[in-house]
Amino acid sequence: MQAKTGTWTEKKGLAQMLKGGVIMDVVNAEHAKIAEEAGACAVMALERVPADIRADGGVARMSDPEMILKIMDAVSIPVMAKCRIGHFVEAQILEAIGVDYIDESEVLTPADEEHHILKHDFKVPFVCGCRNIGEALRRIGEGAAMIRTKGEAGTGDVVEAVRHARTVIGAIRQLQTMGDEELMTFAKNNGAPYELVKETKELGRMPVVNFAAGGVATPADAALMMQLGVDGVFVGSGIFKSGNPARRAQAIVKAVTHYQDASILAEVSKNLGEAMVGRNVSQMPEAEKIAGRGW
Amino acid sequence: MKIGVLALQGDFAEHISMLKKLAVETAEVRLPEHLKGLDGLIIPGGESTTIGKLATAYKLIEPLREFGKSHAVWGTCAGAIFLSNDIGRDQPLLGLMDIKVKRNAFGRQVDSFETDLEIDELFKATGTEHPYHAVFIRAPIIESVGGGVKVLSALDDGRIVAAQEGHLLATSFHPELTDDPRFHEYFISLAS
Repeated sequence: MQAKTGTWTEKKGLAQMLKGGVIMDVVNAEHAKIAEEAGACAVMALERVPADIRADGGVARMSDPEMILKIMDAVSIPVMAKCRIGHFVEAQILEAIGVDYIDESEVLTPADEEHHILKHDFKVPFVCGCRNIGEALRRIGEGAAMIRTKGEAGTGDVVEAVRHARTVIGAIRQLQTMGDEELMTFAKNNGAPYELVKETKELGRMPVVNFAAGGVATPADAALMMQLGVDGVFVGSGIFKSGNPARRAQAIVKAVTHYQDASILAEVSKNLGEAMVGRNVSQMPEAEKIAGRGW
Repeated sequence: MKIGVLALQGDFAEHISMLKKLAVETAEVRLPEHLKGLDGLIIPGGESTTIGKLATAYKLIEPLREFGKSHAVWGTCAGAIFLSNDIGRDQPLLGLMDIKVKRNAFGRQVDSFETDLEIDELFKATGTEHPYHAVFIRAPIIESVGGGVKVLSALDDGRIVAAQEGHLLATSFHPELTDDPRFHEYFISLAS
């Protein structure tokens, strides 16, 4: 039989291999090696971590392909990279250089304020952010093979990550208790594709792998997200904006594996040095929040 | 019959769900004491570097080697890498199987593929004839095998993708991502 590439099983499958793991933001080959050495299951290559994107302001775009290629050369684990929401040409470029996953990300400045990329058109798989079940299932409908709850990137404040994970997982629980005749109205009310609503109810979970992101800064934050029911964790600014990135990265990897074992969590939380300074999301002006990007 | 699945990182839940469908008791293994009372162990797909580092940090390497001497162990993809004794680079390995493995042998994710395999041993053991549909994800290949190792399946170009050494089993691909239970049934028979 002819081998088939770029299938839905392949796209979803790579995300399944990342489960129970930590995906770390890295801005150069040296950081990528530290992340791999610490046990990251993948890295996200980008020019600036979200905390710096916030601080710098201006338009945040896809990173220089040369810089992404250097990171791909430096490590043996999967490498992800971000494109702007709706910027399908940035996605074509990232696919052409061979990244393993594309994050169509609200952390960058959106290129289209009405449409996301039709991700089924690509061979490379995509991950997208969501704040609720409707947003998640719309992204899957467009072809996202992995979902992450958005949180509020670059803040080091886990409160939004918790809100979004609880919202999504709560909706899945609610679906489980619904009769089949209620699903179309649920689909309408949530702006979600009906077939995916049905599938989510049948599975009792999101139809693709679901990680948490946006504000995870400590091993306890990571384990909190795991106990809430996500499949793994993205850590952005939380590692390389902290006092001892290598040590903190290792501790977060261990916390995600042993998320139910409080004595191990206590052990790995010791002596990590300064956490990233962080910004309190409840005191941030609405205009500075990025989780609202995405339609 | 109780089969453990190494649950340090990767798609261990998919293996557990397949084993449950086959009415086998299961356990997640994260620490050495979790190996107690198991009849066999599956090492799932995931990132072999991550699994190796966590196994080292939580002192699982020696207990796993000891377990593998007398019990059935099956590694899928990252698990096959972890079971091998040579991958041509420095990373923690169990070295239980006399196989040389190459990581990411087909390229990056866009080169990942699905294909049908002929696996006579599996067809004989399960009394079936239809091809085995295999899912390869950033998959390794088994470059060479030692004297006591039986090649179970190879691609058309001869590259080895499944091998068995007594009660130890290695596959480059992911039976846990399909609805076909034959490989899990085959492994359960090795564990009994």
